[in-house]
Amino acid sequence: MIRTFFVVLLLLGLGAVFAGLMVGYTPDAELNATARYYADNTAADTGAANIVTAIIVTYRGLDTLGEVTVLFLTAAIVALVLAAGREKDPASRIAPPPAGELLTTGSRLLAPLILLLGVYVFANGHLTPGGGFQGGAILASAVLLLLLTDPLRHFGHRLISVVESLSGFIYVLIGVAGVVLAGGFLDNRILPLGDFGALLSAGAIPVIYTLIGLKVGAEFASMLVSLSETEEPR
Amino acid sequence: MTLVTLAIATGFALVLIGLLGALTDRNILRMIVAFTIANTGVNLVLIGVGMLPGRTAPILDEAVSVAQAAARIVDPVPQALVLTAIVIGLGVTALMLAYALRLHQTRHSLDIRTFTELKW
Repeated sequence: MIRTFFVVLLLLGLGAVFAGLMVGYTPDAELNATARYYADNTAADTGAANIVTAIIVTYRGLDTLGEVTVLFLTAAIVALVLAAGREKDPASRIAPPPAGELLTTGSRLLAPLILLLGVYVFANGHLTPGGGFQGGAILASAVLLLLLTDPLRHFGHRLISVVESLSGFIYVLIGVAGVVLAGGFLDNRILPLGDFGALLSAGAIPVIYTLIGLKVGAEFASMLVSLSETEEPR
Repeated sequence: MTLVTLAIATGFALVLIGLLGALTDRNILRMIVAFTIANTGVNLVLIGVGMLPGRTAPILDEAVSVAQAAARIVDPVPQALVLTAIVIGLGVTALMLAYALRLHQTRHSLDIRTFTELKW
């Protein structure tokens, strides 16, 4: 119990620090210099209506490439950690009781629609809230629904890794094309900026976000498949 | 209490609740849930700091033209940071769950007190 006491004491101290931060806090009335630059110049620089997307894909595109790499590493480590001690023969796994009629029929109806929504979210990332990461997560949720319906369903690891590595490779290629054809690495002006607010506008941003969506979807899907293929040793 | 301070206060409260759970609970799965709660709290604080009262989302359309953007939108930078933080947080959670699964496979227990190798 002395342990809990110290934990509570620690948290009380932390809470006091937080309260101190909050008491003196008044929200700014004006944007700071960085945010003001983005607000004023995003439309002319990148042609993207969603400023957050412009920051993530173009202004700070290199960071996003790193983020996608971290996610890839996570998926790889999850697969590595779970692969040890896995049943080699998938046929030897005990079949779980069949999913109910509702889940089976529902997933057959919903999975294509969920995939469509995911594609919509990442293809419109430069116009509406959303983008590659959100769309990729939605794609993976369709995979989750299929796995819930039939845990023994076999998803091709090869297909997932081909989608994953191809989209990552093309992403880097587009970045290098920015160095050659436009102002720098991952510059989106290698394609025409188009009409502001149209689906095919903002240069390479929709292409890059589509690639990120596919890559993130494939990574999440591979994590889900790794987790579902692991079972209790008997 | 304005919306901004409410959001930041809720975020700090979630951080404290999450840390309390992570430090006092013995079950590894519940500790992972506690960490995700703390993570959500940090995200909420960041979004709250970027929020300017009376302004709208940083998306330029019919409602917010390019010319008046600087006077109408909230700070987009924290939102971009939080998007990154959410994705990385999900990766960390997936890793923790994978390790928890492996620990349970080897020791048949999710109680943190069973794992004493690194304790002195």
